[in-house]
Amino acid sequence: MADLNQMLKMLGELDDQLVNCMRCGMCQSVCPVFAETGREADVARGKIALLEFLGHEMISDTKGVKDRLDKCLLCGSCAAACPSGVKAVDIFLKARAIVTAFIGLSPVKKAIFRGMLSKPKLFNNLLAIGTKFQGLFTSPVNDIIGSSCSKLLSPVLGDRHLLSLAAKPLRSVGNLNTAPGKSGLKVAFFYGCVVDKMFTTVGEAMLKVFKHHGVGVYMPIDQVCCGVPSLASGDMKSFEDLVRMNLKLFGKGDFDYIITPCGTCTSAFHHVWPLMCNDFSQEERAQIEMLAGKAMDINAFIADKLGVSVVESSVGAKKVTIHDPCHLKKSLGVSGQVRTVLKANPNLEVVEMSGSDICCGCGGSFNLQHYSVSTKIGKKKRDSIAATGADIVAAGCPACMMQIADMMSQAGDRIAVKHPVELYAQTLG
Amino acid sequence: MVSQSLKQAFATVVGSDNIMDAEADKHSYSYDAAVLDPVLPSLVVRPTTMEAMGKVVKLCNDNGLPITVRGAGSNLSGGTIPSKGGVVLLTNALDKILEINEEDMYAVVQTGAITAKFANAVAAKGLFYPPDPGSQAVSTLGGNVAENAGGLRGLKYGVTKDYVMGVNFFDVDGNWCKSGSKTVKCVTGLNIPQLMVGSEGTLAVMSEFILKLVPPPQTSKAMMAIFPDIMTASRTVSAIIAAKVVPCTLEFMDNFTIGAVEGYAKVGLPLDAGSLLLIEVDGHPGQVADDAEKVEKICKDNGCTRIQVAKDAVERNKVWEARRAALSSLARLRPTTVLEDATVPRSKIPAMMEALDKIAKDYKLTIGTFGHAGDGNLHPTILCDRRDKEEFHRVEQGVDAIFAAALALDGTLSGEHGIGLAKSRYMELETNKASVMYSKRIKAAVDPKNILNPGKILGE
Repeated sequence: MADLNQMLKMLGELDDQLVNCMRCGMCQSVCPVFAETGREADVARGKIALLEFLGHEMISDTKGVKDRLDKCLLCGSCAAACPSGVKAVDIFLKARAIVTAFIGLSPVKKAIFRGMLSKPKLFNNLLAIGTKFQGLFTSPVNDIIGSSCSKLLSPVLGDRHLLSLAAKPLRSVGNLNTAPGKSGLKVAFFYGCVVDKMFTTVGEAMLKVFKHHGVGVYMPIDQVCCGVPSLASGDMKSFEDLVRMNLKLFGKGDFDYIITPCGTCTSAFHHVWPLMCNDFSQEERAQIEMLAGKAMDINAFIADKLGVSVVESSVGAKKVTIHDPCHLKKSLGVSGQVRTVLKANPNLEVVEMSGSDICCGCGGSFNLQHYSVSTKIGKKKRDSIAATGADIVAAGCPACMMQIADMMSQAGDRIAVKHPVELYAQTLG
Repeated sequence: MVSQSLKQAFATVVGSDNIMDAEADKHSYSYDAAVLDPVLPSLVVRPTTMEAMGKVVKLCNDNGLPITVRGAGSNLSGGTIPSKGGVVLLTNALDKILEINEEDMYAVVQTGAITAKFANAVAAKGLFYPPDPGSQAVSTLGGNVAENAGGLRGLKYGVTKDYVMGVNFFDVDGNWCKSGSKTVKCVTGLNIPQLMVGSEGTLAVMSEFILKLVPPPQTSKAMMAIFPDIMTASRTVSAIIAAKVVPCTLEFMDNFTIGAVEGYAKVGLPLDAGSLLLIEVDGHPGQVADDAEKVEKICKDNGCTRIQVAKDAVERNKVWEARRAALSSLARLRPTTVLEDATVPRSKIPAMMEALDKIAKDYKLTIGTFGHAGDGNLHPTILCDRRDKEEFHRVEQGVDAIFAAALALDGTLSGEHGIGLAKSRYMELETNKASVMYSKRIKAAVDPKNILNPGKILGE
């Protein structure tokens, strides 16, 4: 675009939403980034004001506004607490696309999103090579968490403690398309990038759950990223490409639900695709609406559709504490179901942490761009987890799992990081 | 404008990470929660030590730079808009609770401490800090003192001024000054702490406060009473007070607000109710039981059509849900929410409500009114779209008329939101020329260069 008038026009279309912010500033009480920095431009009210000023040509520094817009976890805490119901995350996603179109995508992001994420074959091959060589550059630091760190790569990775890429991606299971069993249900299984390439055990646990409960599974291995990472970076083109690739595989909708182990992927289907795909054809829009209705998180599916019972904890049960991922709880309202799923395992005792629904600070690419703020927020989460004395922390979102693993590993904790479905699957024969 | 060398001097004092002069950052400190035009500061500084804050004040005075102190920027009268440019001084890095003394029942806090966090810390020690302004989740105690913030508990427990025992501050030359003490009684010199309360940052830059704490009530009882019209509810308020019962909260909601709350929060309010009162009594269990019974009877005797007494914490929470949802329910109806706080003696509430009704008709405005009936502090809330110039002009005329009506009823311009920029031009209407001049002389004496939040309260 790079056309100022075009940008102003598009921001003008956002104006009706921007003006609903009454500047009360209540978002300051819940914003994890603001809690660390104390800067107005880091909180929703500040960002909304800047967008309004930009749209009304009171600010000329678009790049300055974009930088501040990017310093946001998109956790949705502000929107959930907003007295006047301003949908801040929706506004920020749209605004990032608008200003990015004007300024252009940074070369690094272009390489990641256009060059890699939206070219699934290349992405998969690159990571396969990474899997072979990762052991050469990293050394294990924590066997409970399974994390490593890398002196050699520290200029790129910082002090991060990373989890390894899986030896074989989940996709190596091959395409699945099985008929419903005793449950009478058939689901599409959208595993998401991180479960495919890193937390394959989460994907395997889900397949075990589907099998145990007699759920038919449609799992095409050509599925690609849900598009949210591209969109969060304002890259509409990659986002739209990815949505279309996925629609080809899932658009027919010959399944009851589309299930993911990731709060972000589920909310992509449920909320972000319908919100952002206005320029799609009528047929595509119909498919998107259909998927929005069928999208469901694995915890909600187990608790609400498969029906599991809460059981007494056995003697010597391991203590598990729960982190409520932002997109899972604040966007989808899934939190009680996670507890139900965990309490179905007699070998676990749930101990709640304080502030279980406070963001872990990952925020996808926020962690890459603002690692020091991300770490400060993450350390608070780590402290809340450690204070419970739990043996395990469960989080229904792979990105949160990575962030929490990094924080716990750096603190030297011996607390395992698991997805709730892994812990539930342990109870199944 | 601030020269490069001066900027460097500020950076030396507070650290370069704590000054902001990028265009986008300056814009994000150009507004507060008042519906007023934004004004850009030249520089934003965020001291992280008290010593640095004092040096910032001195630097500003030496260079004739206006200072606008900003806590959470939740001000509803424009008090934190840097209307003359200059420096915005952020207090949110100075947010420590220094002491909570259970023996002598006081606390010492820094200016940037958050009200709700402080109240919770006090509660955790088994004590009580009553002032609870609507913005308490974000507001700073410095802001509360500077505005003399109120809240829902004003009738029985008073407002911020009733809890300020001492104020430490920097004078305009950056000298640190002490006033008040940790004792119940103190007559050492002028009563400077109370001069600072409500001064809106025009007399000094405040640094720490000594705040009074009280024992918490042992128990409480909440109820919701529905009335066919405003008059019956209003008579009930007077009758409760006349019966020597002082509820800790006595809140009012008009028919329009009831409709808005029900439409949004769905708490089961009757849409045909003319008005409702939310009443809570607290104290010793025996007294609470007596008071609740009296209040219930008074409500019924005065024409209340339904009364719901909360039996437990869950029901109590439900009663208050309606009140908590009032402003947000109204705010969702239109883009812009102009929240006023003209206050009248409580016996004049019916007359004020009548006046508001007439103003809404005269200027074709949508006004929902709720607020603190027990202390006559109503919040007529005008719903509009500030982008519509014609409509907003009518809103401004309506606001003028609201002030005129409140003053005609022996009321006041502002019960708890402050004068700031929004109401400074009405000051003489409530007081007189000599009163305003007296205040101006005090300000001129302590701030000869007029750099401390210039233009606020007293106008030009």
